[in-house]
Amino acid sequence: MVKEIERAGFPVVHMCTVVPISLTVGANRIVPTVAIPYPLGNPALSMEDEKELRRKLVKKALKALETPVSEQTVF
Amino acid sequence: MGIKVVHYINQFYGGIGGEDKADYTPEKVAGVKGPGMGLQAILGDEGKITSTVICGDSYFNENVDEALDTIIKMISEENPDVVIAGPAFNAGRYGVACGAVGKAVVEKLNIPVVSGMYNENPGADMYKKDIYMIETANSAAGMKDALSKIAPLALKLGKGEAIGTPEAEGYMPRGVRKNIFCEERGAKRAVNLLIKKINGEGFETEYPMPVFDRVDPAEPVQDVTKVKIALVSSGGPVPKSNPDRIEASSASKYGKYSIAGMDNFDPSNGETAHGGYDPVYANQDLDRVLPLDVLREMESNGEVGSLHEFYYTTVGNGTSVANSKKFATEIAQDLKAAGVDAVILTST
Repeated sequence: MVKEIERAGFPVVHMCTVVPISLTVGANRIVPTVAIPYPLGNPALSMEDEKELRRKLVKKALKALETPVSEQTVF
Repeated sequence: MGIKVVHYINQFYGGIGGEDKADYTPEKVAGVKGPGMGLQAILGDEGKITSTVICGDSYFNENVDEALDTIIKMISEENPDVVIAGPAFNAGRYGVACGAVGKAVVEKLNIPVVSGMYNENPGADMYKKDIYMIETANSAAGMKDALSKIAPLALKLGKGEAIGTPEAEGYMPRGVRKNIFCEERGAKRAVNLLIKKINGEGFETEYPMPVFDRVDPAEPVQDVTKVKIALVSSGGPVPKSNPDRIEASSASKYGKYSIAGMDNFDPSNGETAHGGYDPVYANQDLDRVLPLDVLREMESNGEVGSLHEFYYTTVGNGTSVANSKKFATEIAQDLKAAGVDAVILTST
């Protein structure tokens, strides 16, 4: 899906936990995440800390969307 | 006494449990478990599965180095002649685990490995050059057929016998070229192929070209504070009670859902339809899969331009590449029409 949306001209940042799969399917901007059942969270943390973690990951993703890349890049 | 075999399987086939046990740490048990019984029946007197190593799929993929260290140690203690991993069919994390274990066994222990999986399993492309990978059906309905190819190949590998071509043995081509003698010289064979092609007859190339389907990276956005961002996910986030009944695996459709006026997800307005991971955490707070809450805050304090009114979602669990392509092509058209500039796509 990442590839087909990017083919249409959109920069796509793929946020996922298993980075090798993302590389295999051809994502170009990859932000590694926390865990398979909760990529953008961590139930072991307090609500506040969990949200802060999520905010950091999303900021990283937005930065990736602003960054020119010429090949598959893991941020 | 036949050859010694160690079998690697996941928590599901090991009888430990489903997705709720996917974080199961590696364990070695004596003898056969699950599909190992079928394998042992085919191996007969020629080979014996002395032990089975079981590991949870999520644990493996989230702790690859640690998991591999433990698993390799467990396998090396058995000193087997061959290792069988899987078969994994279309289970992505399981396929990657089988491939990674296989590659490490070959490289670190110098023991041959045979696995089996569906050709669209991501583990197939990642590891088919490192180990012998039998091509299987996309579900465990193909178990009997898969085992009937895996076991004989394992016996040959374990005994050090010559291995036939991918077509003859049923494994995926490994990109290995072998010199052979032919009746006719190369120039003549090439011209024969050309003539067949010109005549529109069927012909089989002696050197198939690899297929690379890569998309060049799109241009970045200049300034995220001025653009419209859309959320897309293969992790199955859906409104409460999954109104369009997106399937838990092998999805035949995607959903488009409004987030207008919503500041975050909670158990009353969102859950996951995905059947390939433990849904407890996503159902408690879907922001863990689709980060609506922080994006809304960033939108209101000017850190991002705006968030597209809809999110797009499907279940990336055994879903075919063809379906995924079709969904994404339609989603991309919709995004264009809505003036979206960039996409955050989350996967579980």
